[in-house]
Amino acid sequence: MSRRTLVRGGEPDTPRVSPPPTPSPPTSTRPTARQRLAAWDVRFSPYLYISPFFVLFAVVGLFPLAYTAYVSLHDWSLLGGQGDFIGLQNYREVLDNPYFVKQLVNTISIFLLSSVPQIVIAVTVAAMLDTRLRGRTWWRMSVLLPFVVSPVAVAIIFGSLFGDRYGLVNELLAGIGLDAIPWHTDRFASHVAIATMVNWRWTGYNALIFLAAMQAVPRDLYESAELDGAGRVRQFLSVTLPMIRPTMVFVIITSTIGGLQIFAEPRLFDETNARNGGSDRQFGTITMLVYDFGWQLRDLGRASATAWMLFVLICVFALLNYVAIRRLGLLGGDDR
Amino acid sequence: MSRRPGFLVYGLLLAFALGSAAPLYWSFLLGSHTKQVAAQGVPPLLPGGHFLDNAQRALDTVPFWKALGNSILVSSITALSVVFFCTLAGYAFAKLRFRGRGPLLVFVVATMAVPTQLGVVPLFILMSEFGWTGSVWAVIIPWLVTAFGVFFMRQYLVDAVPDELLEAARIDGCSQIRVFWHVAAPAARPAAAILWLFTFMQVWTDFFWPLIALPHGNPTIQVALNQLQSGFFKDYSLVLAGTTLATVPLLVLFIATGRQLVSGIMQGAVKG
Repeated sequence: MSRRTLVRGGEPDTPRVSPPPTPSPPTSTRPTARQRLAAWDVRFSPYLYISPFFVLFAVVGLFPLAYTAYVSLHDWSLLGGQGDFIGLQNYREVLDNPYFVKQLVNTISIFLLSSVPQIVIAVTVAAMLDTRLRGRTWWRMSVLLPFVVSPVAVAIIFGSLFGDRYGLVNELLAGIGLDAIPWHTDRFASHVAIATMVNWRWTGYNALIFLAAMQAVPRDLYESAELDGAGRVRQFLSVTLPMIRPTMVFVIITSTIGGLQIFAEPRLFDETNARNGGSDRQFGTITMLVYDFGWQLRDLGRASATAWMLFVLICVFALLNYVAIRRLGLLGGDDR
Repeated sequence: MSRRPGFLVYGLLLAFALGSAAPLYWSFLLGSHTKQVAAQGVPPLLPGGHFLDNAQRALDTVPFWKALGNSILVSSITALSVVFFCTLAGYAFAKLRFRGRGPLLVFVVATMAVPTQLGVVPLFILMSEFGWTGSVWAVIIPWLVTAFGVFFMRQYLVDAVPDELLEAARIDGCSQIRVFWHVAAPAARPAAAILWLFTFMQVWTDFFWPLIALPHGNPTIQVALNQLQSGFFKDYSLVLAGTTLATVPLLVLFIATGRQLVSGIMQGAVKG
């Protein structure tokens, strides 16, 4: 409540606040007027400085998200615009669509396959970087390299690496005497391939975040652990991991929010013309379904209903993560 | 743990670094061989001499230069806008006292977790109302500010600018905006550069919204790559030559500024 009134409160004063920047004639004005002006300046400038952010964010960020719920309750076509209020019918249609559940399962499956190994590897890499390496900067940059490749490019490159017939991965498997895997047609295999793309792009980035957290751990904790006879592994488990908990929560929650919205990777992994996530949508995701409803079937109502359900799902997952981390004791009560 | 690492650590890190670079090399490798060689599976591991031919074919099939221009335009304008507005707001949150500062900052942090991408439908309706769909402005406007930017600048400025300095400037008769411009803004420069870089890369690699908002004839680089792949997915030498070409700009930026990027990610993490 206070947020709105404060932000609005700042705006009407804009004209009164702006004079100070232009150097006002210094000697002619009376001190009282100047002092009043200065007082206004001090009082209202902060609101003036933060208002562009809040106004723009409200218009392009929050309003669209809230309005999604409104659109989802209407018959709303891409070309014809707003139609009748139809209550929850869009939701019913989306839930009845067999692809919804399938793509929901795909989304969660790809998310789990990409987040769990990613965090384990990122922590391991961070621990290796948190040593007195020669050429420290060089190593840090090298793990960040994949971050500059866009998801679209990553999907194209890995689509070729995971080619069903002649891809490098299958050739390597053949080299060690294993059967080729149908990466595009098998449901689980396609999830693994797409999760690999996400892991490739983000592991190094998250490793740097964990590295930063590890370097903030006071070194004397390790010294006393060593005096107590703890080996390296024990030190890592009993000192490092507990100390980087808050960062862990941060990384897990951000990767949940990003991971559940995955779009570019599965869309470009598809080599059929429909590009809906494979011939039987074996790797289609929820965000792809939003696109499919809205811009291929031209039904913005159903697209909004799908987007809104994904939004709720993301909130639920973020909360579940938080609770799970607490339960597992990864998040102690002693966190600052 | 500050220990001298052994061969095992160097070996594992080297493997990780090679794994990070290998897919990029693969992209260039297939892009440098002829269509026939690329279609036969794993090509010779040294580059062939056909990269320029393939790249030329890619340039002929999609409006690559137009897309490149659009991406540069969109990314630099948004990055500049984010840096300006977020430095201003971050400064207010870090150094100015006003009622509601605490709750408003909490609000900013909370909005960092909001998946705004899910508001595409109303955003599309909004842009259609204004008649901006199809123009690059449709892609620029949603990115003009970011909650992350405000928070990042706030965290940096809290420590970077001593309060005494601001007070001295005020006592000397500087108005608030002049204090910001002459004291805070210069001190914010290192963080602003990192924020600029980050926003630039984020907007450059964004795909979902540009795909919706932009038509075939006026794409960003990601949308153009999408067109290239959908039309020619059987011809990997062409598609991967185009992909390599499209990755070069950010690669150059990375080589020039990787140090700052690394320290930016690490700074954001510790304070965040």
